[in-house]
Amino acid sequence: MSRIWPAILISGAGTYAMRASFLAFAHRIVTVPPAVARVLRQIPPAALAAIILPALVRPQGHLDLLQPRALAGILAAFVAWRTRNVGLTLVVGMGVVAGLQAV
Amino acid sequence: MPSLTHARAGAAAIAPMLVGVVPFGLVAGAAPVANGFDGWTAVGLSTVVFAGASQLAIVDVLSHGGSAVVAILAALTINLRMVLYSASLAPYLGHESTRRRLGAAYLLNDQVYALSVPRWAADDRSDGRLAFYVGAAVLLWVGWVTATIAGVVLGAAVPDSVPLDFAVPLVFFVLLVPVLVDRPSVVAAVTGGGAAVMAGEAGAGPLSMIVGAMAGIAAGSVADARRRQPASP
Repeated sequence: MSRIWPAILISGAGTYAMRASFLAFAHRIVTVPPAVARVLRQIPPAALAAIILPALVRPQGHLDLLQPRALAGILAAFVAWRTRNVGLTLVVGMGVVAGLQAV
Repeated sequence: MPSLTHARAGAAAIAPMLVGVVPFGLVAGAAPVANGFDGWTAVGLSTVVFAGASQLAIVDVLSHGGSAVVAILAALTINLRMVLYSASLAPYLGHESTRRRLGAAYLLNDQVYALSVPRWAADDRSDGRLAFYVGAAVLLWVGWVTATIAGVVLGAAVPDSVPLDFAVPLVFFVLLVPVLVDRPSVVAAVTGGGAAVMAGEAGAGPLSMIVGAMAGIAAGSVADARRRQPASP
């Protein structure tokens, strides 16, 4: 199992390089052209949704709408939208999954 | 305002997120141990890689007999979004020294990114930006590493019926709500999520998140450009 340390170190270095990619050269960016800024603004909604939705509708690696996480996701989305409260969203989301798994 | 005030504001802003980070950190600590690695491996992953989903991918690949190269490729693919975050943050931090920006880069993660950009976009003053970011990021780092260690120690004690890994998408919901501010951002999110699911169904594996994000960014940008065009007669 000694393969894991090279994997950790190289993944860590590569991830750091990606984190630093644009931040390292930020001093050369005098102003961001408005057209570029408008594209950058789409990153958070697009990236977050691309992480969230697959976790809800293909938790086992294939599309499946009739399982606890899909239903829990709908309810949790509603709670997050109305309250913006992380704790409440987690309790509802994880509670529904745990409850439906128990039945 | 002194930087300490901004750092405190950052820590206060991220504190509610810890409710979701801690369960995820427990998983990041427990998963390597459950798969036959020692506790130091878990702590190494959480400090050196410091990106939860990719840490779990490394453990998953190696414990199922995959090679280190496949594990690294999976981890880097999952973390490609950091390039997008870096590009999005950079314009706000051009006034800071390179050394500080390189330090800030190590701490970059989803939650800190998603909290910082809307705040910086709403305020033209540049002086407190990095302090806010660092205040938030350091608290998150400490919470993440502490939860990882707790996961190593408690590991097997957490019942399987508690879906700890489900904490991740749930936390991201709360981060997503405030960035859905107009039609283009909703188009970006709907397309991003839908395309990620379709890419996964098509067999894109760990790349599907990036494929989805790219499609969402493109769709949101097109929607934004359309909105700006004057109505044709």
